[in-house]
Order: sequence, then structure tokens, then C-alpha cells
Amino acid sequence: MQIFNCPFCGPRAESEFHYGGEAGNLRPDGADVPAEDWANYLYMRANPKGATREVWLHVTCGEFFVMERDSVSHKVHSATAIADTSEAK
Amino acid sequence: MSASRLPSGGSAIDRSRAVSLSFDGREIEAFYGDTIASALLANDVAVVGRSFKYHRPRGIWGAGVEEPNALVDIAGRGPNMRATTEPARPGLIARSVNAAPDALNDTRAFLDRFARFIPAAFYYKTFMWPDWHRFEPRIRAMAGLGKVDPAWKAAKAADRINHHCDVLVVGAGSAGLAAAKLAAQAGKSIMVVDEQSTAGGSLLHRDGEIDGQPGPQWAEETVAALKRDGHQVLTSTTAFGIYDHNLVALNQRHHDGRPDTLWRVRPRQVILATGAIERPLPFANNDLPGIMSADSALVYLRRYGVRVGRRIVIATNNDSAYEVAGALAKAGAEVTLVEMRKGPLPAAPEGVRRLAGRSIVSARGRMRVDGVTLDDGIALPADCVLVSGGATPTIHLYAQAKGRPVWNEARAAFLPGDPVDGITLVGAAMGDTKDGILATWPDARMKGRVWIDYQSDVTAKDVALAARENFVSVEHLKRYTTLGMATDQGKTSNLPGLALMAGITGRSVPETGITTYRPPFTPVPFTSFAGLNGGELMAPVRRLPLETAHRARGAVFQEYGGWLRPAHYGGADAERAIQEEARRARRSVALFDGSTLGKIEVMGPKAAEFVDFIYYNTMSTLKPGRCRYGFMLAESGVVFDDGILVRLDEHRFIVSCSSLHVASVHARLEEWRQDRFGRDAVYIHNATAEMATLTVSGPQSKPLLAALDLGLSLDDRDLPHMAVGEDRFGTDRLRVARVSFTGDRSYELSIRADRAEPLWVRLKEAGKAFDAVTIGLEALMILRAEKGYIVIGKDTDGTTMPHDLGVAGPRIKRQSDYVGRRSLFTEVASKDDRLQLVGLAVAESEPPLPAGSHGVTRDKGMTRSQGFVTSSHMSPTLERPIALGLIERGASRHGEAIDIRHLGTVRRATITPPCAFDPEGERLNA
Amino acid sequence: MTRRYSAFSLLKEGLAGQTGWAPAWTSPSPKKNYDVIIIGGGGHGLASAYYLAKTHGIGNVAVLEKGWIGGGNTGRNTTVVRSNYYYPESVALYGLSHRLYEGLARELNYNIMLSQRGMINLCHSAIEMEIATRTVNAMQINGIDAELFSAEDVRRVAPIFNFSSQARFPVFGGVWQGRAGTARHDAVAWGYARSASGLGVDIIQNCEVTDFIIEGGCCRGVVTSKGAMRAERIGMAVAGHSSVLAAKAQFRLPINSYALQACVSEPVKPILDTVVASPGTGVYVSQSDKGEMVIGGALDRIPSYGQRGSLPVLEGVIAGLLEMFPVFGQLKLMRQWAGIVDVVPDSSPIIGPSPLPGLFLNCGWGTGGFKAIPAGGTLLAHLLATGKHHDISRPFDLDRFSTGRLIDEAAGSGIAH
Repeated sequence: MQIFNCPFCGPRAESEFHYGGEAGNLRPDGADVPAEDWANYLYMRANPKGATREVWLHVTCGEFFVMERDSVSHKVHSATAIADTSEAK
Repeated sequence: MSASRLPSGGSAIDRSRAVSLSFDGREIEAFYGDTIASALLANDVAVVGRSFKYHRPRGIWGAGVEEPNALVDIAGRGPNMRATTEPARPGLIARSVNAAPDALNDTRAFLDRFARFIPAAFYYKTFMWPDWHRFEPRIRAMAGLGKVDPAWKAAKAADRINHHCDVLVVGAGSAGLAAAKLAAQAGKSIMVVDEQSTAGGSLLHRDGEIDGQPGPQWAEETVAALKRDGHQVLTSTTAFGIYDHNLVALNQRHHDGRPDTLWRVRPRQVILATGAIERPLPFANNDLPGIMSADSALVYLRRYGVRVGRRIVIATNNDSAYEVAGALAKAGAEVTLVEMRKGPLPAAPEGVRRLAGRSIVSARGRMRVDGVTLDDGIALPADCVLVSGGATPTIHLYAQAKGRPVWNEARAAFLPGDPVDGITLVGAAMGDTKDGILATWPDARMKGRVWIDYQSDVTAKDVALAARENFVSVEHLKRYTTLGMATDQGKTSNLPGLALMAGITGRSVPETGITTYRPPFTPVPFTSFAGLNGGELMAPVRRLPLETAHRARGAVFQEYGGWLRPAHYGGADAERAIQEEARRARRSVALFDGSTLGKIEVMGPKAAEFVDFIYYNTMSTLKPGRCRYGFMLAESGVVFDDGILVRLDEHRFIVSCSSLHVASVHARLEEWRQDRFGRDAVYIHNATAEMATLTVSGPQSKPLLAALDLGLSLDDRDLPHMAVGEDRFGTDRLRVARVSFTGDRSYELSIRADRAEPLWVRLKEAGKAFDAVTIGLEALMILRAEKGYIVIGKDTDGTTMPHDLGVAGPRIKRQSDYVGRRSLFTEVASKDDRLQLVGLAVAESEPPLPAGSHGVTRDKGMTRSQGFVTSSHMSPTLERPIALGLIERGASRHGEAIDIRHLGTVRRATITPPCAFDPEGERLNA
Repeated sequence: MTRRYSAFSLLKEGLAGQTGWAPAWTSPSPKKNYDVIIIGGGGHGLASAYYLAKTHGIGNVAVLEKGWIGGGNTGRNTTVVRSNYYYPESVALYGLSHRLYEGLARELNYNIMLSQRGMINLCHSAIEMEIATRTVNAMQINGIDAELFSAEDVRRVAPIFNFSSQARFPVFGGVWQGRAGTARHDAVAWGYARSASGLGVDIIQNCEVTDFIIEGGCCRGVVTSKGAMRAERIGMAVAGHSSVLAAKAQFRLPINSYALQACVSEPVKPILDTVVASPGTGVYVSQSDKGEMVIGGALDRIPSYGQRGSLPVLEGVIAGLLEMFPVFGQLKLMRQWAGIVDVVPDSSPIIGPSPLPGLFLNCGWGTGGFKAIPAGGTLLAHLLATGKHHDISRPFDLDRFSTGRLIDEAAGSGIAH
């Protein structure tokens, strides 16, 4: 049972969280986005072995945040509210 | 007689309380405090079971959880119980495993004579002709150890307990208790666990003093002091697994018939004082009953007052067996110590004959050992052979936590390597022993059958065979020979097997590899994991606020998408009752509880922009006080949910979504809010559980509502179809939305969930004058199907896009971006042979088409599916069957006939528009 | 040397003290050049090598495995073999695999212990029965031996299932495939390895690919822990590690890697005679020929390469198992493990050329790769031999994510397969 840090609620059990995808996957807007780009946004993933940057939802409080962790050791490095991330700013 | 109970002694037993149990039909006399194993030994039961493959007789090996042989089925309790850790209880009925009729007289014992033809992995090399199925039933019947009792019932659910503490100490031997004592003195909160029934570890059976006190006494007092200070000390508790972020799982056994308890402990620090496990010695026929672990013999002597033999040979490669030899000699046994080491040795104990620099090469005996032969040719008679091959430090939890064990040649063992955060090892688990040891691994040149894994029947020759066939990694060795895969998980066999393979292939032990350590350390009852999670408590259904009222009315409940809802009300014949409900609904007025419908409020300065982005349809043009039906798409363009959007005012909307999708729609809305629009641009509130929604539908719905005196004008000019108004029912706020899922004039009344009952009661009372009928979900499904109104997930699947459902406008016309837009223009989205929503008609006299039957056509001689029937009912309104389906190019095939196939039978149907009743929609205002 | 396996060879070697058995495969040193290199020595990689040699006559092949062959997902399996899929494209793929499995033991001269005692996917509501009807009809139209079972039928094949009125998930019926069942996973890997090795394929273990040799925009070889090797064509069959290798070739895949747990009970005498899956609990179980209950459930939903699952997921799986089979409450968990599964949005595999010319993909099998080993091997071998798609693999090309032509089997199978 892993412990994740919701930036708002603090450390909570993994069962309270829901994986929301890789961070930084910006949506290409518009009707004429090239098929390749749209497929990249919808489907293609880095899926890194090691350091990752992911969007997570803390289901209990409803807040989305970005977590940096390691997909091999399961160490958690950081958790940042979405509004405070570099992508948002 | 060889093994026997001594007239006195045994710190674990209470000689004043006799216990009688049965094993393989034989009466066994024991004492309270005995384990089944100690009771069997006290009664000189040598053969306790048969090995997995060759059905060789097996005797008790050890005294603890590493026991490979003594497994028994206990009536009423379960199969494969370890006799060495199961307490002897009065009236207990135990049977040996893998033996028929019993361990002594097993009918399959003959298999051993053919052993040479059925070595390791033999089953991969034969049974191919004619095929495996011919042989499988017999092989299956011979596999398995104990028997499942089909009449077994759980007495009670297991408890699962969470616990936090500063320090968790695993192992209450001298090292563990000392560490606990220190940590407690430093003010930490402690939990100590030990898998034996009394704390103390080897202090309980080995000579020794701590702080001037005899070991057992020091242990008892240390534990008492810890408990007094409020710390937890759990015995009969195995720490079986360590998980991410150092969560430690414990299995606590109780001795009163309760199921084991699962503990999930989150300590800041873990101290592993898990000791070490004694290894066997390799020689021919070293699997005979009566050959046991030397340390265990001392446990049986000192804890249970059982002397395991009269003429005992003890073979050892280290110092620890000396104490065993001396104690047994003192207890009256004739003891010969075969010391494998040469050079300077400790003094031989009093009364013990020692032969130094020698080793056993073979054991003799048929059903039990009766002697051994040494390498110098000497034959020694013996009714019991004790072996001490050194101890393997128990580092499982360290390795489970991704610690990397390191091979130590001097200790002939894997020791913990680099530290792991939060985990410390102490004592024998660290390899901390003053003992000098000689490595005595099995050798391929040894003659005879030298056993490595007693339960899986793996010999040194099997390991050599594996090497010969190039299965040389430890992983391949394990899977090829099944070494280490039995219930003991190789605690006494993994390392010898590995060392032998290393020797054969000319590699070092670490080069050959190390098996991965995974939980559980010892087998854990399934009930521990399940706890209370079962029956009603598993994925509990959600219940309507008005459930009691519905039950009183005779509702028959079904589970729909996780909610318990009335399928229909009363009536012995469900089909008839449902048809009648639907018929009456169209005739007068129906009352329906739709409280599960999602109601998610979206409000804020950018709310209008937000709903335009979330919906396929343009929603910002919706006027306040009005409703619009729309689709929410996934980014893949697939229709994810449908429902009405209500606009209350310029900046307030209510998204209604299907019951099944409320949580996921809410999560999606939040994600777009937080990750695109901004937290201050729009606010989301999921009011689904707060509000009950009661529907009044039918030609008499308006007069019925008028009778309620709600205050708001029901005039169609003030409240037209697809409009919403607010007023009161008594003192409660009431929202009235004129939306229809039945196709008739219909009003949805939303009120606070805990205030719904008076409204419901009033509706039913007033409804009497109008011949109102309460309808369940089944009748509603018929009514909406008659209108061609879809149910997401039933009339759509994971590929259905909005234009497949006949709603193509936004796709063509909308200029602004919305979720899923780009996906509506991919190659596949633009194909002309997509499955489209249609109605399907059959002749009046025929039964309805089965939902799930497929429309088919023949293409190049092959039958091909063109889609399927999604909903199908007998329509009481039209008095004929109706159906909806998704059919290839269906929208342009109205009027065409199509073959419908169901489980091989084919019928004819006609493709029609989805709406079968009142296509002009006149009844919405009737 | 005894090379051929048979009852006679067991007899002969039994008398000879097992001294004449030939190694199952050789341990050659890697060469610098091959016609084809296959990265990944699991079931799919080994099968591909076999079919390259056997069907296409291309024996100058190397299979590079960073650990020991069959030690990844193939060795951490619940071993279900079935072909009860919904879409014709999937039926063609898994149907091919199923048929190949049926003749595999004889073809490879290795007893893979294919046990076709059927599989039932349960339905717990009228709606689920409708979906099952849709599924069974689709399967029957596509020629698969699927049947729609009633509750009584289910009771017949799995009498110890929980039919009590207190059951959380009542049985309405289910989807049955009589030819479905299990096989011995290690035997499949080893059987293919032995035959491939016998046909001249070099199986190089403990050899990790660290980079690709890319020249003129094409993949010409690999750099490994045992040196560089070149080949005309290179195939990748590395399951959960596909994205790692893809990154080295500068492209991405629609894959997320997760841990999938499975576990076994202690072995007991036979009591369950078929494979049973319940969408209600998300759990499926069978009893192996050794007597152990083999149990699988849903993924651990945290992206991970850790090959270890969490305790709460395990607890949920076991609770589900006991809800299905209350009598199993008397059993104990003996062993538990996890693999790394490569999950794709439509739960269908990716077979075909990669964006890097010369490099070919066989991945995305998610939780269902074992049953597809013979087909995956056949299809990757075809690609590597000809440079072109087999008819059966074409729909599974990576480009389906651009065209939108996903083959979404989620409707077709109930639980994560």
C-alpha cells in the first residue's frame, strides 16, 4: 500500500487516488489538427521506466495534482497542485 | 519405541491437562500446549505423510514454520495444516495428506519403484500421444496434497487491523527483545511480533543467560515490561510480507477457533530479528522418517519433554549441535556425534561419543531410519538421525523490500547487503554468530538418492539433470525441478539446490543467481486477506432515499449499475406486471423514482464556455430556465454519456448524467476545470446524492401536479416542454423540469433527498384520483424504447459516435472546439459503413427479437455480422414487439429486410426509424 | 544423445541414469551478424524465432534475452488459453493461436500440457446476459465454439461456485468456450526454445539491448551487453519494456506499463474442473495440474515496472475469490507474483512495422499475451521474413491509432484479459 501526498490533504493511502495520465500532454485544439498529432495526444505515451511525472486525482477531495515519482522503486519525489505546475504557468 | 515423552520436563506443556486427538484414525494422547507434531512424536508416530511425486514416507523434520513434511488435513479447519505449528486441541481429527488410506499404508507407494523413469520434468517429455487429455485426469487425481472439504463453512469473518507505531520488531528472540527494550527506553512506540506461541525465540530451548537471568525468564520479564508500558507484543504472529513504503503485513494465529487476523502495520522503522533456519545435510536416503533437524530435537526436548530417539546419531558441520547432543545424552539417549569438521574442535559433551572428521554418506531403513553409514565405512545403528547443516539467515523481508543479499563464503550463506531505508537487521538474521562452519553442500558425485527438496521430491540427480539439459539459472532450476515451490517455499532446500548447481556448472553461488523473495513468507489463510469483504459488504449497493416506501408498496428490487432500484411493483408474474405498468403509464399518469440520475452543478463566470466545451451540442445558447438534451463525448469521439443540461441562470447549469457515470463525469468535469479553465472560472458541485428526483409522466400528469398546489404556474406557456421552474413544496425548495424520457408529457421534481418522502406520499395520494401507477425501471425501459430514446452502454457501445445516433448537426456546424471534436473526423469516423441506430420490426404475432442477436449478411460465401439488437421488448402500447439496434448503414436502410441471427436460428426483421410510437412527439404536450 | 522426447526415451534414459539427455538448447556466443535479431526471449520472441526457422527457413536468427528465457510475463502467468473474442479481426488472431496450441505439443515434441477443460465467463444480471448474448452470437458467426450458458449449465460445470441466495453476485448464466483451458507456461517457452535452437537459432541469455544501430534512418542492428550485432530486420517482443526500447529508437507507443498480480494456493486434490471468471469480482481462477488454485484479477492501477503488486489489490482479489468459492476459505495463499503488462487503450496488440524502418513490433498484449504466443510468433516471423503484414496482423498495425480503427475488445471479454 503506497502512500501518496495529496498537496491539499497530506499523505494518504494509494487506494484514495486515481491515475490521470502523463503530465505535460497538452491538448492540440482545433478541428484541423493533423491526424498524427491528435493520435499522439490521445494515445502515444512515454511510459518511462524510472522517473515519471504524472497527473493524479485524489478522489477523496477531488483535486488533481502532478506527482513526480519513480515507476521502479515507487519512491515519491514531489506532489504539486495543477495550478502551480510549470505547464499551467 | 524410539521417540517418547519423558516423565518430566517441557516448558510449553501443561501435564495436568490431558488432550486426546486422532491422527489417521489412531488415538493420540497429548497435553495442553503440545503442537500436533510434538504429540505425534511423543507417541512415536514416525510416518506422517507421503511425498508429492514418489509417495515416499515422510516424517517430521522440524519444529516451526519451515516444516516441509508434516502437513495434515484437520477436519473442520482445513487442508495442509502444519503439524509443527498447529496446537493439539481436544477432539482434533487429523489425517495425513497425499496418502490413501493412510500414511503408513499408502496404495501409491509403488510409484517410488519407478522413480528412475519419472525424474524431474518427465511430464514434459511424454504424454504427447494421442494427447495430454488422455493422461490428465489421472495425473490431476494424483496431484495436490490435502483435500478441500466441500462442506466447510467459515465460522466468522477474519479481522483486518491497521496499526501505526514507531518501531516494529519482527522476531522476539534475544536480539529482537533487546532491540525492543532499547527502543522502548528511547521513548518509541513499539510492536513486537513472533511466530512462535511464546516469545523468546531460541532462548526458550537453548542454554543461556541474559543480564544474569536464565533466557526464558529474561524473555518473559522483558515482554511483561513492554506490555505494561502499553506496547504491543503479538505471538503466533508471522510477518509475512513487506510492501511499498514499508507497510508490513502480519498474520496472527489464534488458538480459540477464530480465523487468523491480518495486521497492516506502518512503522517508521522495521527491525528484523528473524533469526536463521537450520539446513539439512546431504547423503543418500536423507529423507527417511526419523531424520530431523538437530535444533528442532532440542525444541522437542526442552519445550515439549519429548525425546526424539533412543539411539541417536547427530551429524553436524557447526557448533550448534553440540548442545543438542549433550542435552539428549543427559535425557538418557545413546548419542553419537558425527562431526564433519577437522582441526580444533569444541569439547565433546558429556556422555556423547564423537567421531570427528567424518560424514554420513547414506541412511538405511524402510519406513523409518534404522542406521547410517559413514564415509569411512562405519555403520551406526540409529532410530533417529539429527542433522545440522548450518543455519540460513532469514532475510526474506529485507529482500522483499528490494534489499540485495550478498554471498558470504565464510558463513556459507546470503547475508543482507546494502541497507534499505527504514529497515535494520539484528542477530542471527545478520549472520551474527560465533559459530565456525564448514560448507557441506550436496555434490553431484554423491552416490545414491540425495534429497534436496523433501516435499517436491527433488534429488541431487534431478539438479544434475537440469544442468545437463542447460537449465542452469536458479530460475530455470526451480521451474524445471520444482525445487522450492512446495508449501515450505524452499526454506531448507533453495540454498543447497543453488549451491549444488553452482558446483556442477563451475560457478560461484552468487553467479548462479538468487531466487526472488516475494510475500508471503509462509502460507497465509485466504480468509485473512478477505476479512469482512464479502456478501453485502462487497461493493455495497447504493440505496434510494425512498427504498422503504418502495418496499412497502411491494417493489421487487434489482441491482442496476450499483444501485438497488425497483424493477417493478408487486405481481406474481413479473412480465405481466411490467406490461401493465407501461400500459397504464401511457393511459393516465405514472410515478417513478429517478433519484439516481446525476445532478452536477456547474457554475461560475466561465460556466457557459465550459459547458460548450464539455458537450457535443452548443449549450451556451440555451436560455435561462430552459433545458437541452446533449451528448458528452470522450476525446476519442465516442459518446460517453447523454443527458439533459438545465440552465438556471446565466452562470448556473445543472448537468444531469446517467446514474452509472456520475463519478466519472464528475471527475472529467473537475479535470477540465482544474487543468484548462481555471479554478476560479468555474465551480463544480456534485449534488446527486443530495437531491431526490421524482418523475410524473403521462396525459394526466399536469392535472395531478395541479392538485398538489405547488404555486408555480403549470400553464404550457409558462412551463413549456424543456423548461424548468422553481417553487416550493411546503417549506422545501422544489425544482420542476419538464423533460421526458417516456415521450409523454412529463415533469421531473427535484427536492432535497431527506425531504422526498412527504412529496412522494402526496403524489401517490393525489394520484389515486387520476388512476396513477407507480412504475419500476423495467416499465420505464419499455416506454423509452418505444420512443427510440437510447440508454448509453446498452444502445451504444465503445465505438458509437454521435452521428451514428442520428445527431450529426454539431459535427457539421459547430465552429468552436469541444471534447472529442477532432476524433469525429478521423478516417474511421468518416466511414460510410458505420453501425447506426435503427429500429427493428418483426411481425405482430412473433416473439420479440432477443437482445444481443445480430443482423447478418452473406459476403463472399461467409456470414458476416452487420450489427446487433440492443434493446427489445413487447410493446403494450403498440401491442407488438419493438426493438432498437445498431446496424451497418442503418439510417439509409429504413424499410429494408434483414436477417437476424440468434444462436444459429435466423429470422427476418425490417429496419425502421428508431422511434416506433408518436414520431411527431405530440404526446409531449398532450 | 537422446534428443527426442517420448515414453521410450524416458525408459531408455531411466535405465541409463539420465546421462544421455541432450541440452534443451545451446548456449552459443553471439555472432556479429544475423539475418534476423529478435529482442525478447519470452513466449512471443521464442515462438517468432521458431517460426522463422521452421516456416520461412531462416535459421540465422538470434534471440536476445536480458535475463533467462521465459522469465518475464511468460513465467508469471495464469496460463489461460482461449479465443472467445468479439471482433472478426481478434477472432482471426486468437483463433489461429488456439488452433496452433492444439497441435503444439506434437509439433514441438514437448508436452505443453494443454488442458482444454473449458472456461466460463459469468453473467450476474439480465443486462450482462444481453451483452453475453451479443458476444456469443458474434463469436458463433465468426466460427468460435462459444455457447450461452444458463445458470443451470454453470452449476453443472462449476458445482462449488457460490449459488446461495446470499451471494453478492448471483449467477444468471455466462459465456462458455469448451475448447478454452490452460497450458503449462514454462513448457511453452521451453518447447519453442528447444525447437528453435535445434533449427539453428542462437538463444543468447543475459544479453541486454542497450541501444539500436541506426544508419541512414534504418535500424541495422543492436548494441548489447555482449557486444554489437547486426541484422537485416529486428523484431521486438519485450512486453512491458516496449516503451523503453521505443524510446531508444525515438518513437512512442500507446502503452502504459502496470503490475499485474497473480497468486496460487497450496496444492489440493482436484476440486475445480474448469476456468471460472466473474466480472462482478473481477477475479478468475482455475486449478492447475499440480493442484494449486491459480488466481488472477485486475491490474494494480499505478504505472509500474516494479513487478510487485500492492496488498490492497491482493486483498480485493482474494475477497472476490472467496465470494465466488466460499469453500476456498479453508485454503492458504502460497505464492504470489507480478509481471509488467503493456496496456493499450483498445486492449488489442500492436503487431507490425515500427516507425523506425527495419524494426518490427509485437507488443501491447496487456494481460492477455499468453494465449496468443503461437499467433504472435507466427505473425512476427512473417513480418521479419517478408517485411510485410500477414493478413491477420494487418488490422493490428500501430497506424490504427491514427486512423481511429481501434479494435476495442472491452465489450467482448468482461475483465482485464
